[in-house]
This record gives sequence, C-alpha cells and structure tokens, in this order.
Amino acid sequence: MIPAAVAYERASDLDHALELLGEPDARALAGGQSLLPVMKLRVARPSLVVDIGGLPLRGIEKRDGELHVGPLTTWDELASSAELRRPALAAIAECARGIGDLQVRNRGTVGGSLAHADPASDMAAALLALRATLTLRSTQGERTISLTDFLLGPFTTALGPQELITDVVVPVPAPGSASAYVSVEHPASGFPLAGAAALVGPAGETVALTGVAGAPFVLADPGTPEAALGEVDVLGDRFAPAEYRRHLATVVMRKALETARARAEEDEA
Amino acid sequence: MSELHVVVNGEERSLDVEARTLLVHALRDALGLTGAHVGCDTSQCGACTVLLDGRAVKSCTVLALQAAGSEITTIEGLASGGELHPIQQAFVEHHGLQCGFCTPGMILTTSDLLSRDPDPSDADVRHALRGNLCRCTGYQTVVESVQAAAASLREGRS
Repeated sequence: MIPAAVAYERASDLDHALELLGEPDARALAGGQSLLPVMKLRVARPSLVVDIGGLPLRGIEKRDGELHVGPLTTWDELASSAELRRPALAAIAECARGIGDLQVRNRGTVGGSLAHADPASDMAAALLALRATLTLRSTQGERTISLTDFLLGPFTTALGPQELITDVVVPVPAPGSASAYVSVEHPASGFPLAGAAALVGPAGETVALTGVAGAPFVLADPGTPEAALGEVDVLGDRFAPAEYRRHLATVVMRKALETARARAEEDEA
Repeated sequence: MSELHVVVNGEERSLDVEARTLLVHALRDALGLTGAHVGCDTSQCGACTVLLDGRAVKSCTVLALQAAGSEITTIEGLASGGELHPIQQAFVEHHGLQCGFCTPGMILTTSDLLSRDPDPSDADVRHALRGNLCRCTGYQTVVESVQAAAASLREGRS
C-alpha cells in the first residue's frame, strides 16, 4: 500500500509550519504512526504533508506545579521518564508503555495521537483523568483549551486547519494523589476495547474512559461504575458488542481505581 | 522527485524518491537492501524493522523523506568482516528462526532493546518483541536467542 501522490515539506520552525499548513488539505506529520497508515489506506489524501518532526516541541518538564509535555514527545520517552514515576503521574507512563509496540513507541507522539483523536486512544484517557489542557498556536495567536473540549468525537477535534498543539499541560496533583491506567486490549490491534484511567487523592476521585464511546470522556460520578455508565451510549462492534463492552468498562474502571488507591496508600506508608 | 541524503549501514547514500515513497521501498527498490521485508504492510508484523538513528522503526510506516539526514541500519549492516553480529550468531545457535522471514526485524528490534537494557528479563524481551510476529518457530526459541545474545554482548563488553 502506497499513499496517494502528495507533496512534502519539512518545517524549519513553528511559524514556517503554520504558514505551510495554509495550503488547502495540508496535514501536519509528526511521528506518522497514525497519519501514514490512513494515508496508505487512502482514507486520508492530503495535498501536502508538513513534517513538524524536527521542531523543538519535545520533552518533559515540571515547572510551577505543572507538567509540560511537548507534543512531539514520543511514547517511548513518556514510558521511560523519571518525572512520571511519581504515583500521581504514573498513569501516563503506564499507559505509554502499553501503546502499540516498541517500534511504534519510538516514533509515535503524544500530540500526533491527540490530534488524530482515535475514539480508542489510550493516552487521551490518562490525560483526561489528570485534567490536562492543551496550548494551541495558529496564525491568529495562542489559545488554551481543556482536553475535554478539544476532543469532539471520532477523529474530530477543535484544532483549526492552520493550528498546532504546542504544549500538553498537566497540573501536578496534590500530594497524596496517585493515578493508574488499565485496559483490556484487542489482542491483534492493541487498541483498548475498554480502557480506564483513574486519579485518586485529597481532591476526590476522577475516572476517564476510552474505547467505550465516540470519544474518550471523563465520567461524571465514578462512585458506582454501573450507575456511572448508565447514561453512556456505549459502542458495539464485532469485537465487543455494546453489552460486553459496558461490562469491560466497569471492570477496567474498578481495576484502575483499586490500583490508584493502592498506589496512594503505598506512597503514604 | 526529491533528493534524499541518508547514511545507510555507515555509507552516505543519495537517491531520488517521491514524497510518498515509504522508507522500506526506498531501501529495497532503490538501494537493493532487500533484508527489510514487506510482510503485512500495515505496521503490525515488524518484518520491515530497521534502525533509524539507533532506534527500531517499522520502515513501512515512515516516509523515506522523514529519514533525511538520519543514520539507518538494516540487517545487511550488522555483520562485519565476514563475521555474524553476536545477535545473529545467537539466533543461529538457538534456533531463533525457521523460515527466516521475520528474522531481520527480530534481530534489529533486539539490537534496540539490548542497546538500552543489556540484561532484560524474559518478560522485557517479550514486551520489546511484541511488534515482531513469527508464524513458524514460535517465540520461545526467539526469547532464548535474545537472552543468549544479551549474555554474549555483556561478555564482549567486560
């Protein structure tokens, strides 16, 4: 499978990238682990790919009570980051370690994945539970948006055509907090049939789910999983009919919460 | 067509590629390096794995132009002076292959793994090789081969 004919430009800096994205049907290319497969299937047929892979938007840094993750940070870098070993942020590294395989984790980026917006994206759940916000840059300037507002539906986001994610910001949870990510994967694709990220701590408990509905989402009240899922329009397909997927969702929710609670206790001890 | 400059197996190479050309096709068709195999062509099987700046990647899911300025290692670049690389030797000695189709990818992914973890557990090996599918030998002897390679490389270092 070979992509349809396309032009290629390597962006020299952020402004250059935004300018190149002014071309109709241009798409930004980061690690290419989501975009290239859909280009090979010719589901996506951009006129131009703007390679942003070399832009200095990579790395993990903690400052002023926030974790800043550059959108070009790879899954592998997240999985092996010392900054993410603390219990409060463990869900991110745990989630990254399970994504795809070693080769995909070497190339795939967090920003590329969020912009692709697969309804079964693992990392979206982890970042939603941790109340992440995104900084977006366009030719009009900069704006901040919560990840909840960014993810609109299957493969659909609030990102404008001439706009790029420039920062993924996670508020570092209060001391005594812990997080976890648990999923049941389709054994061949590795995508979650249902995945849950949990954050527990002094500020209460938050759970986000992925693979379950049209977009990953935060559950309103994670207290009782079955009740919390009651209103949700659960996806069904040949791999997991809606009823089974609903059951899986309650299982991963419980496990994510239990793991996060155990981590919080262990941290205190 | 665009001109692509890369270093492949230690040698500077220039070739003309289309923007849509995948790295695996550039390696196979333009440079004749057919050790990178096209298996599933959907980023699942890992037969096309090469090292891009030392890290294992699936060359069916990288545009050739994305590799501009990078160093690429294919299976052809591992042996030196007529001697197999220790990872290759370990796969031979421990029956880590049968038909051999998946082997270049297995070996290059192993190279990435052992470059960062010289003494992995069996679970670490299986986790690292998740993206490399073998349809004939089974994985037990592959894991044994990787462990033998790790031991051999550790010995070589000390």
